[in-house]
Amino acid sequence: MKIHIPTPLRQYAGKNSTVEVKGGTVAEALANLTAQYGDLRRHLYTDDGKLRAFVNVYLNDEDIRYLQKENTPTKEGDSLSIVPSIAGGL
Amino acid sequence: MATIAEKPAVAPATPTLNKDEILRYSRHLIMPEVGMDGQLKLKAAKVLCIGAGGLGSPAGLYLAAAGVGTLGIVDFDVVDFTNLQRQIVHSTSDVGRKKLDSAEDTIREINPFVEVKKFETLLNSENALQLFRDFDVIVDGTDNFPTRYLVNDACVLTGKPNVYGSIFRFEGQASVFATKEGPCYRCLYPEPPPPGLVPSCAEGGVLGILPGLVGVIQATEVVKLILGTGDPLIGRLLLVDALGMKFRELKLRKNPECPVCGTHPTVTTRSPMPPLRREPHHHRTDRLPAILRHTR
Repeated sequence: MKIHIPTPLRQYAGKNSTVEVKGGTVAEALANLTAQYGDLRRHLYTDDGKLRAFVNVYLNDEDIRYLQKENTPTKEGDSLSIVPSIAGGL
Repeated sequence: MATIAEKPAVAPATPTLNKDEILRYSRHLIMPEVGMDGQLKLKAAKVLCIGAGGLGSPAGLYLAAAGVGTLGIVDFDVVDFTNLQRQIVHSTSDVGRKKLDSAEDTIREINPFVEVKKFETLLNSENALQLFRDFDVIVDGTDNFPTRYLVNDACVLTGKPNVYGSIFRFEGQASVFATKEGPCYRCLYPEPPPPGLVPSCAEGGVLGILPGLVGVIQATEVVKLILGTGDPLIGRLLLVDALGMKFRELKLRKNPECPVCGTHPTVTTRSPMPPLRREPHHHRTDRLPAILRHTR
């Protein structure tokens, strides 16, 4: 499956805008992503291993908070989007 | 279908268009989706732009050109040379002037029929509610988290749609929050990143054109809300990737647990938003996680 990397994090993901990973759940897919790009981990997770509150993860176009969170099953062809809050405007 | 046209904040005197305005808006007037009724709704509308910067510039310019009758602007900054790469409401000769004055002059030149209301103030939880009550739609063109949460909360509490846009480097987000039926910004991100961690003026930069893309999307949504036409970005987050030139859309849901628009809100007019200050400018951002870095 494909993971969309937002601009601010691309520098920690080999400058890729998308990364192909395997994984049967959202948690597995993200674990495989951070295994491949270790620097990403601290940007996505807190020290105690929770997804940061201002980083949302979408499976296709649905927020995983309204699915089964990180236990949401995934299948081939799904896409996962990491959507951090951004504040710029001026 | 969200529309603000039926319930203007302040009952306006029935507007009419004079001969010059009919000529000026003729390309609107011949469109069935706008027409005379729509143009009069635009003229009666009061739109408040928070910030006369990257997003506020294109949004304000197009809203003025389109014939929005009253355009409020909240800003307290002066024009700087580094603004000119993207803040197109200001010109080189405006450097050093108040952004409010510079924006007002440009808008008057584009459309003298627009009433510009200037608010030289730092928004806070007290003045925001008061200020928003006199407007129909709020355009969030701010550059920092505290103000974004403040704008959102004040929109929910006053029942005004929050036309949201945000940018970072090559990437933008847009949505319409705080309508009666739709989610708000806190439904998307319940809490700001920890205070003090997020710099509002970090390096990182922004592609000068990007606020144009996103600000014009915001202006489009404002006009649709006023006209009561089309499908506004309610319950949808539009992601703009200018590098890939890809537009994607994510579903947003109204969170029943939302602290401001949920069923048991903790942010209310009686216990409003915690005091919000503009964050100090942090310059040592190198050790922050990248998602904590934000640009102004």
